[in-house]
Amino acid sequence: MSDPEGASINNTSSGPVNRLLNSILLLWRDASIRPLIMQAVVVLLVVAMGAWVINNTMNNLETRGISTGFDFLSQEAGFGILQSLVEYDESHSYGRTFTVGILNTLLVSVLGIFFATVLGFLMGVARLSPNWLLARLSSVFIETFRNIPLLLQIFFWYFAVLAALPHPRQSYALGDALFLNLRGFFFPKPVMEQGLSAVFISCLVAVGLALFLRYKHRKQRVETGKGISGAPYLMAALIVGIPAITWWLSGATMTFDMPELKGFNFRGGLSIIPELGALLLALTIYTAAFIAEVVRAGIESVQKGQKEAAASLGLKPGKTLSLVVIPQAMKVIVPPLTNQYLNLAKNSSLATAIGYPDLVNVFAGTTLNQTGQAVEVIAMTMAVYLTISLSVSLLMNIYNKRVALIER
Amino acid sequence: MIEQELKMIPAREPPKMAVGTIAWLRGNLFTGPLGTAAILLIIYGLILTVPPLVQWLFLDATWFGASSEACDREGACWAFITARLDQFIYGFYPSEEYWRPNLFFAQLAVLVGWLSIKSTPWKKWVLGYSLVIMPVVSWFLLYGDIFGLAKVDTHQWGGLMLTLLLALCGMIASLPFGVLLALGRRSDMPVIRSLCTAYIELWRGVPLITVLFMASVMLPLFMPVEVSFDKLLRAMIGIIMFQSAYMAEVVRGGLQAIPKGQFEAFDSLGLSYWQGMIMIVLPQAMRLVIPGVVNTFIALFKDTSLVLVIGLFDLLAIIQAGLNDPKWLGNSIEGYLFAGFVFWIFCFGMSKYSQRLEQQLHQGH
Amino acid sequence: MLKSLSSLKKVAVLGAFAAAGFAQVASASTTLESVKEKGYLSCGVSTGLAGFSNPDDKGIWNGLDVDVCRAVAAATLKDASKVKFVPLNAKERFTALQSGEIDVLSRNTTWTLTRDASLGLNFTGVSYYDGQGFMVKKGLGVKSAKDLDGASVCIQAGTTTELNLADYFRTNGMEYQPVVFDTSDGTAKGFDAGRCDVLTSDQSQLYALRTRLTKPDAAVVLPDVISKEPLGPLVRQGDDLWFNIVKWSLAAMINAEELGLSSENITAKKESTDPGVRRLLGIDGPKGKGINLDDEWALRIIEQVGNYDEVFQRNVGVDSPLQIDRGLNALWSDGGILYAPPFR
Repeated sequence: MSDPEGASINNTSSGPVNRLLNSILLLWRDASIRPLIMQAVVVLLVVAMGAWVINNTMNNLETRGISTGFDFLSQEAGFGILQSLVEYDESHSYGRTFTVGILNTLLVSVLGIFFATVLGFLMGVARLSPNWLLARLSSVFIETFRNIPLLLQIFFWYFAVLAALPHPRQSYALGDALFLNLRGFFFPKPVMEQGLSAVFISCLVAVGLALFLRYKHRKQRVETGKGISGAPYLMAALIVGIPAITWWLSGATMTFDMPELKGFNFRGGLSIIPELGALLLALTIYTAAFIAEVVRAGIESVQKGQKEAAASLGLKPGKTLSLVVIPQAMKVIVPPLTNQYLNLAKNSSLATAIGYPDLVNVFAGTTLNQTGQAVEVIAMTMAVYLTISLSVSLLMNIYNKRVALIER
Repeated sequence: MIEQELKMIPAREPPKMAVGTIAWLRGNLFTGPLGTAAILLIIYGLILTVPPLVQWLFLDATWFGASSEACDREGACWAFITARLDQFIYGFYPSEEYWRPNLFFAQLAVLVGWLSIKSTPWKKWVLGYSLVIMPVVSWFLLYGDIFGLAKVDTHQWGGLMLTLLLALCGMIASLPFGVLLALGRRSDMPVIRSLCTAYIELWRGVPLITVLFMASVMLPLFMPVEVSFDKLLRAMIGIIMFQSAYMAEVVRGGLQAIPKGQFEAFDSLGLSYWQGMIMIVLPQAMRLVIPGVVNTFIALFKDTSLVLVIGLFDLLAIIQAGLNDPKWLGNSIEGYLFAGFVFWIFCFGMSKYSQRLEQQLHQGH
Repeated sequence: MLKSLSSLKKVAVLGAFAAAGFAQVASASTTLESVKEKGYLSCGVSTGLAGFSNPDDKGIWNGLDVDVCRAVAAATLKDASKVKFVPLNAKERFTALQSGEIDVLSRNTTWTLTRDASLGLNFTGVSYYDGQGFMVKKGLGVKSAKDLDGASVCIQAGTTTELNLADYFRTNGMEYQPVVFDTSDGTAKGFDAGRCDVLTSDQSQLYALRTRLTKPDAAVVLPDVISKEPLGPLVRQGDDLWFNIVKWSLAAMINAEELGLSSENITAKKESTDPGVRRLLGIDGPKGKGINLDDEWALRIIEQVGNYDEVFQRNVGVDSPLQIDRGLNALWSDGGILYAPPFR
């Protein structure tokens, strides 16, 4: 910043104060030092503001008699949680409710990302379909669902799902094993018994062998133009055959814990609660609408010549799409797709509105209320989401690098 | 020599199957046996669902009435919406003062129309007014307590008015912060760059719902004891902090699209960093980012519905509150459809606008 | 530079809002002074609970909790309508009072040791004696809470209810599935849709929530009460004068009922010779000086808001949609436990 005043001081100065000012001005004008001064000032300001906030908070917490620290994590929680992937009951600690919440959030995020990707790709491809009606319908789907707030959609699906399902006593049932009703979808739970670990290990071995075969097959196809004949059948045989033989040899037994109507509800077995179903439905449809647009943009970014070249080589439209267009579109698709995945993970926090026990509902909801330690609880919750976001970004960046390298 | 007249042979008619309705149908609908099967299935599905839906939505619907009893259950009960429409739009704003929000809406409509229609003059001044003066004017208009206007406290604000206010305020206030953060993230100074990056990534990494919780529960703890914030203001602060980070990323995209030569040019002209930025770079960059800004605005507009979890009565929350009225039980579907429809109209309109802008931008280059 | 600019701007923006009266810096030293200065009472209520605090079509708040605040406004500001109601959910209620955003919290809040001792707040009395109960659909054929083993239970998050429920099922060796909603409204909708077999909450709330069901008659409140839930208004600690004002505003309504004073007969009773009535109306006795109010403060409460019975009947009584008996909340002289200290 030029300063004509400074110049006049420079000329007429004689006193020690002026000399000091003068040297400061010189420092200020020095292009290598000025940024340093500015940064130091900024750091000071940020630190001062942080200190001010912390000081206020400490004061407030103290004057209001609110307890601080992380001791509460080891105290008994004393409330129940509807769905837990790890063992949990009222006698577990608040720390455990944190874990339960994180796992439930991860569960719905991972499932949501999977389904949204599948539906999104289908819709994106359908929108560019030569079939007029299909293209129209998918465009109506996209424009409808991405322009309505997710929260509204969650409420809508939740109450629509609840309205459509029957009371437990009138469940839709498939034999004595599968039941669908207001309280969820119930299915048998496999119970591991002796010898089953061998079967499990043989499964892993079989998959490993199959992958190796696939690698060999591809390599041979690239080198000679012809793969190992019947490779897909061989792979299937490996994956099914090895575990089956091991099972038969080891004589392992597996039983199922069947769901059964007892009193008010089904007990035993595994279940998917309606909150999870509705949340998943809403997250999937909402995010799929965005992913479809991302996919469309990606496909449109591939030059027309590529498609024509593939067609002239005799590839069918389906093969053209999967072998030529999508692989090239991926490098355009991946960065915005990552954003959609992150959004989905963050949006899963809306679960709290319909009572799905995710992190925000269980930990930033009930635990916060019972302990009253807002600062610690909210900070921990935010840290979890931040970690999830940063790690998904990291993974997708790595994947993106791989996709981008294929470019020739 | 007989001069033979050289004549073009008239083009032959294309085969019947390649033009006209049949061809269009073959090319666009009944593509192969699989396509035909799919289409027939879809058409069958539409026949099954659309007529009953129309019947329920419009033909059998009850449009006016004083309570749920007025509705027969054959069709939709829009009476719930029409009876409470005032509340859905103005919240608990006193009815004799409705002209004030109406004026606010009218002002908004005029400004939006002015800015989106191509041929209107004085765009710059209108834009400046919308970004700087309009928020202040609107505030005094709605809050009152000045120029003899009756004071209407913020807790009486609600409905669509509050939804619009939250989104607009979040948008306009986050614009300057977003620009500063974006410049900071591209700055040469490592400390400033990392601070801005950290700020942006922090807020982009957490869900808005936790930010709102933080604003409503923790913000009072961060301030000295004597200072207390209105709940609406707390929500707005949360939204602005959150939105600034998203805005910064959009603006950064625009800055990156400005060729390096522009920066070098203003440097060689002897302009300072700020002069160059304000006079040369930002005007160009901002034009590029308008579609992106509109898109984040759409996202924010939808996200404002989350304020219901901290007890503010936005459009969705006030409809939900209306659903609890014993007089109007059993109208959830109508309520949610109405809310969805209102949000959809706004968002769809804005997204079409931003798409149009994007196309114009692409043509320009 | 950037950061400093942005933080400077932030300060400027905050300042601008503060100037607009958006944020308030409390200048008065006591709550009473600040209330008088503002010209209205800021009262925290629930975001909507029939009978206790609920906005009607026109946005006017009604309910028992609401009337308690109206009484305080009538006493301090001479006008029962000068109340600003701040709807709060269970999560924010204490912070709102602690931070000074509201002057009184009257949001069916249970008086417990922890809340009195470690939140920096004080309960000023009991405006409603409640207890946690259960509501079930009649079709289930459940007669007592002991039959509820294995049931799905709808509850509201962040309340003492959640803990009581867990304790109750644990001590009776029963299992349950908690379906936790953010709002009491959510619990009612979930129960209505059949998501759970039982809805648990304070009994008063159960009656309120029952009115929201599509078929209120198909649901029944079980007789079991599993906890004590005395509900009352709260104020911040450290302002004894304000504490007294809120405490005695409530006591005035209860004493008025006991002495047979109501908003209808109050004009006639001004001439009464009954020493008790004369003391309550500020004609004789301690008057208002001790709590820095004028002498007619209690008179105004009765005139503008009514006695406890009027408030009760109007909002939750047998003729209201909630149809709740006085029960425990009858005067001590009528077989209940409602008992207010005397005006002397």
